[in-house]
Amino acid sequence: MIGLNHYLALSALLFCIGIFGVLTRRNAIGILMSIELLFNAVNINFVAFARFINPQEITGQIFTIFVITVAAAEAAVGLAIIILIYRQHKGVEVDRVNIMKW
Amino acid sequence: MENGILALVFYIFSGIIVGSGIMVVTLKNIFHSALFLVLCLFSVAGIYILLSAEFVAAVQVLIYVGAITVLMIFAIMLTAQLYSTSVRQSNEQVIPGIIIVVTLLVVTLVALSRTSWRVVSQGIEGQTTISIGKALLTTYVLPFEVVSLVLIAALIGAIIIARKE
Amino acid sequence: MLPYSWLIPFFPLLSFALIIFFTIRNKKLSSYISIGAVSLSFFLSCIVLITVLHNPVTSEFKFNWLDLPGFKVEAGMLIDPLTAVMLMVVTLVSMLVQIYSVGYMAGDPRYSRYFSFLSLFTFSMLGLVLSNNFFEIFIFWELVGLTSYLLIGFWFEKKSASDAGKKAFITTRTGDLAFMVGIFLLTTTIGTLNFQEAFHQVEAGAISTGLLTLSAILIFGGAVGKSAQFPLHVWLPDAMEGPTPVSALIHAATMVAAGVYLVARLMTIFSLSVPASLVVAIIGAFTAFLAASIGLVQNDIKRVLAYSTISQLGYMVMVLGCGGYTAGTFHLMTHASFKALLFLGAGSVIHSIHTNNIWEMGGLYPKMKTTATTFIIGSLSLAGIFPLSGFWSKDEILLVALHRNPIFMLVGIAVAFMTAFYMFRLCFVTFFGKPRDQHKFDHAHESPKVMTVPLTILAFLSIFAGWVGLPWLHKGYSSFVYHHEVHHLDPNYILMVSSLAVALSGIYLAYLIYYKGVISADKLRQRFSFVHKVLYNKYYFDELYNAVIINPLYKLTDFLFKKFDLGVIDWLVNAVGNFMVFLSWAKERFDTLVVDGAVNGLGYAVKETGSGIRKIQTGQLQNYALVIFFGIVLILLLKIF
Repeated sequence: MIGLNHYLALSALLFCIGIFGVLTRRNAIGILMSIELLFNAVNINFVAFARFINPQEITGQIFTIFVITVAAAEAAVGLAIIILIYRQHKGVEVDRVNIMKW
Repeated sequence: MENGILALVFYIFSGIIVGSGIMVVTLKNIFHSALFLVLCLFSVAGIYILLSAEFVAAVQVLIYVGAITVLMIFAIMLTAQLYSTSVRQSNEQVIPGIIIVVTLLVVTLVALSRTSWRVVSQGIEGQTTISIGKALLTTYVLPFEVVSLVLIAALIGAIIIARKE
Repeated sequence: MLPYSWLIPFFPLLSFALIIFFTIRNKKLSSYISIGAVSLSFFLSCIVLITVLHNPVTSEFKFNWLDLPGFKVEAGMLIDPLTAVMLMVVTLVSMLVQIYSVGYMAGDPRYSRYFSFLSLFTFSMLGLVLSNNFFEIFIFWELVGLTSYLLIGFWFEKKSASDAGKKAFITTRTGDLAFMVGIFLLTTTIGTLNFQEAFHQVEAGAISTGLLTLSAILIFGGAVGKSAQFPLHVWLPDAMEGPTPVSALIHAATMVAAGVYLVARLMTIFSLSVPASLVVAIIGAFTAFLAASIGLVQNDIKRVLAYSTISQLGYMVMVLGCGGYTAGTFHLMTHASFKALLFLGAGSVIHSIHTNNIWEMGGLYPKMKTTATTFIIGSLSLAGIFPLSGFWSKDEILLVALHRNPIFMLVGIAVAFMTAFYMFRLCFVTFFGKPRDQHKFDHAHESPKVMTVPLTILAFLSIFAGWVGLPWLHKGYSSFVYHHEVHHLDPNYILMVSSLAVALSGIYLAYLIYYKGVISADKLRQRFSFVHKVLYNKYYFDELYNAVIINPLYKLTDFLFKKFDLGVIDWLVNAVGNFMVFLSWAKERFDTLVVDGAVNGLGYAVKETGSGIRKIQTGQLQNYALVIFFGIVLILLLKIF
């Protein structure tokens, strides 16, 4: 019997993979994709909670829809910024963008 | 019997999600990463269906798989780093990253195992799409409008940021 | 309405603030604000007067301002018939004077400031009149003193004006010191600052007679200073250096009457001490006589009026000393109208021919008909000619004096004679006869409407204001403003006729000397040259004060400067200076060796640490994220175990 904890564990696993990507990817687009993984981990959580804790209200699903919308917006803006970085630095490696150091 | 099939389906999807997720964050070829992302997101849609959230699953496929990933692939092509496997794709933080991520995972799982949720046994009945539609245009009409504004603002902002001077 | 009486002084205060802070650049607007404010106050005063007339009781509104154990200070208002009458007088004269000033001060560079000062003065004077306790009245007492100083020295470019301002301030301060000590003495003995409580205490015998007399005389010292009574009368003639409307408002009608008001307000205290009231009466009578005699020979039109004011104030003080509460305040009211009229009339003349000296005037009647007519009405009223205002109030005073002690009555008659004489000397010399200075005469002109209309109103009041106190009226002034119970004195026709005869003879004498020339003024002056010299020099009071007080003070300060300052203090200062130089040297060594070393060492340490630690700031966002997650994991671990 697959219960809530299974879904939450899956979500945690996906989240950790996403964080690993965020921490280690050099390519900015890769980081962006890792962030999408994080979003999905969260969304799985939301939907699972909606299904198991409070099936009458579908608040969790509504929330997921909003998260997806915001993720779309984030992706648009993020990719725009990446293209800008590419133009400026002739590359999308984030460790090239290090002007904020001492 | 049915439970067993459902469990099997869940484990298949989960396996695909975790496997393709690891591919996404580790592959050297960023284009391949994007393709695995598509696979991953599809599987998440499958999980949604298992959770009787058909509408969310549809949205997931349409927006994530259809729109966002395509956007990513466009960006990858624009930045012309397609097959430059000679470029190192991960930085020197891999070992600390793994340590932190594994610790985080363990901590989370321990926390999960210690928590008891007030789980309701009954499932969601019927189609959720209708109730989502009603909720979005009644209870959540204000966030709904606001998020549309956010989207517009993000699109305009993206255009302004990315255009050539 | 009465609880809202605080609005009466509030409007002028508001106008002062508005003018000073906002409209000082806009002259016209400033004068309008000021006049508007005082008109509102006048209107409210009318309402108050009508209310009190309908229901003549004493009402008090107060709140605790400062509450300490065993000591409290209140702020509040005391409204009785006297207050109502004073409010009316102050706001009316102030309003007319401000309207007049629009013409008189036209073109003055500090026009707005002038009006703001007038507003401040009106506020202070109204506050003084409304005060219900010693503390409050003292504050406003000093405020009117301040505005008086500001306005006397308004044309401070003139040395004589700024000197006069200082003189007025210092002289009245002398009286105020006595006033303050008197307040301390009285209020610490009876333990309250409130007037009415103080009266009850005093009547109940809470203070010994000797102490009461002493404090009453000390408080009267304040009145002596403010109302220019002997021996502190010397400042008032010099105060004529201020603009003439100011002289009319402050130094004739209102502020100088504050002393009289004070004595009237504290009538309970004075009436319980026979020696104190005797002192008051004697000082008043002496001042009245002294000032009137000086007024006989002065040549400056404003100074004659100033001495006349002193003399009339002496009259009021004298009658208050005789217990004539009603008569004193009645004369205060009528005097305010005709003295303001006379000053404004004199101002109109000065405005027209630009001199104060009456021997440069003459024959002005045809050129300035309104001014001359109103001035003569004022003079008649002041001289006490039937049936003008002055006659009734003066008659009342003489009647009270006769009842108390005929000597005071005789002094009053003598003063009345001199008053009639010097006023008509002024009238005849100024408005009739031949022009003495043809050039100035040719430039003479009637003043603008804005000045003559207030004159006309005041002339009207000079004629009729006294009629509220006709001796035959049983519901007149005497049954409205009284102390304890109505003292209705029956009219004494012999006294009336004789005072009228004396006044008329004074006028006739002036007519003979200065109009007809039957008696030569020069010959009189030669025959009584000593008397004339003494009077002309004002009994040498200024010289006396210079010799006795001011010069010794100068000498003392000079001595102290030479011996003490140069000898002792300078030596001390130099010694301290040398010591300090030595100390500084020692400290400099200490600074260089110890302090600088420590400071530099600390700086070096900080710099090195900083340059080591700054390596953490890699600029790699992923580094930062790593650290953040490291922290999060740490927190979660702590949470779990």
